[in-house]
Amino acid sequence: MNNHVVSIIQKDQLIRLMLKGERLDGRKPEETREISIETGIIDKAEGSARVEIGDTKIVAGVKIQPGTPFPDTPDVGVIITSMELIPLASPEFESGPPRENAIELARVTDRGVRESGAIDLKKLCIKEGEQVWMVFIDIHVLDDGGNIMDAASLGAIAALMTAKIPGERYGIGEDMPLPMRDIPVSVTAVDIGGGIVFDPSMEEERVADCKLTVISNQEGAIAGMQKSGNGSLTVDQINHIVEVSCKKAQEIREKFLEI
Amino acid sequence: MSDRPEKFIDENGLRLDGRKLDQIRDVKIEVGVLARADGSCYLEFGKNKVIAAVYGPREVHPRHQQKSTRAIVRYKYNMASFSVEDRKRPGPDRRSTEVSKVSREALEDQVFTEYFPKSAIDIFVEVLQADAGTRTAALNAASVALADAGIPMRGLVSACAFGKVDDTLVVDLNKDEDNYGQADVPIAMTPDGKITLLQMDGHLTPEELKTGLEMAQEGCRQVYEVQRQALMDHYAKMQDETKAPSVEEVVIAEENEVSEDVSTPPEEMKEKVVDESGEEEPEVEKALPEEEDEETVEEPDTEEDDSYE
Repeated sequence: MNNHVVSIIQKDQLIRLMLKGERLDGRKPEETREISIETGIIDKAEGSARVEIGDTKIVAGVKIQPGTPFPDTPDVGVIITSMELIPLASPEFESGPPRENAIELARVTDRGVRESGAIDLKKLCIKEGEQVWMVFIDIHVLDDGGNIMDAASLGAIAALMTAKIPGERYGIGEDMPLPMRDIPVSVTAVDIGGGIVFDPSMEEERVADCKLTVISNQEGAIAGMQKSGNGSLTVDQINHIVEVSCKKAQEIREKFLEI
Repeated sequence: MSDRPEKFIDENGLRLDGRKLDQIRDVKIEVGVLARADGSCYLEFGKNKVIAAVYGPREVHPRHQQKSTRAIVRYKYNMASFSVEDRKRPGPDRRSTEVSKVSREALEDQVFTEYFPKSAIDIFVEVLQADAGTRTAALNAASVALADAGIPMRGLVSACAFGKVDDTLVVDLNKDEDNYGQADVPIAMTPDGKITLLQMDGHLTPEELKTGLEMAQEGCRQVYEVQRQALMDHYAKMQDETKAPSVEEVVIAEENEVSEDVSTPPEEMKEKVVDESGEEEPEVEKALPEEEDEETVEEPDTEEDDSYE
């Protein structure tokens, strides 16, 4: 996060604002940017969603096809999440295979979906040990305006909720919706000079000391967390972020993701 | 996968491996086990066996990564193909890339990188045997290896996980608890209690997180004591073995040399001895003992222990 050239003046300004409880774009510390979600935008994909959080834009696509299960889990389906930070989205991104940032974002998104049990993977088993449905979640970042993490996670879950298993195409039963059990939502906060702000913009993300993503589920429990960046957090800061994140996640879920 | 234990905690409140809920596995640390590295550490955390090496501060390759105001820290976590039950395909994968990233971020702020502009501090950790909690074991070893390399740090980083099994919070998960448990939360902490690594997957309520963090912090404190003791023992022993002469002894030796042998200029001698003893002073742990530790004298040379070879 700190490897970008940030003008020292801007960092100074952000911290000074922070001390007054203000932010560059006029938001309050806990205020998130406007979110818009549009699903079913790619006909060829089994599920898709376009998510915008402020300036940040991502497209998530879900492809589902039959494949062989992993030998240690012969009776459950497979989820594979990948993310590409393509050069189209930011002058900071370069082409080539995913690097650690993209890998981390993809893995945290994956954990959110997997560990919350959002998909009933047992129901994706076609024939034990031989054939299961494989769910590929691919996230393309189109514009990095900060907080790609939450956008990606939101995109993944929105796309999954609208996804259909293409049974007819492969001659394996009828088309049916993915067996969803939960709706995990990720909410991220950053620490800027000791102050916590939620849903960081690109500028805030760049000057931040560190970042904490909290993924919570429908019942308000935590399904995943990831601290990212060099700095450290106190236990009080962590508990504060968890509390606010769970609340925000519930708001987002009610507004956009009710089944 | 059907080996899931029926119960993780027995009627006496003990876990499958006989530990109490808040008891960490035994930690064993040996400092300075590799001759080539600037700092190194072999560590066992329960059945985990890891070895860490630190190189640097040294020149940055490739050069474009170099930073003009500070050192860069690089961390490579690697699992040996034989460290797990089913052979792991060698080389980096997505998991080890992520582990390396968060581990580096857990350590970097503790290092005074601003002291070494345009240089690199490389940390390599090899997991020789994995048994749940390798990233915390690796971090603990890396932190000690950094100290052994004499790299100035704000404090040692200590790591320990907590998790949930049978709806009960436990500290430092073992393999079964990790595989079949309800949550796994590795954390790393500085001596003053700040969290520098925090990951979580599974299912926890915010209240459980609060309690669990406290438990894991206590675990980290216990690990910290072992790390600190290992460093102190190592340097006490080294001091004893090399019998670094005191300043008074140097002066006396110098005087004798002058009368017997004039081929070595006394000034140079003095500098050399002071230099050598200076190198042995660890820069991190200010409280390292000057007094001799009798126990360590009798211990066999750590480098001959073949358990990590």
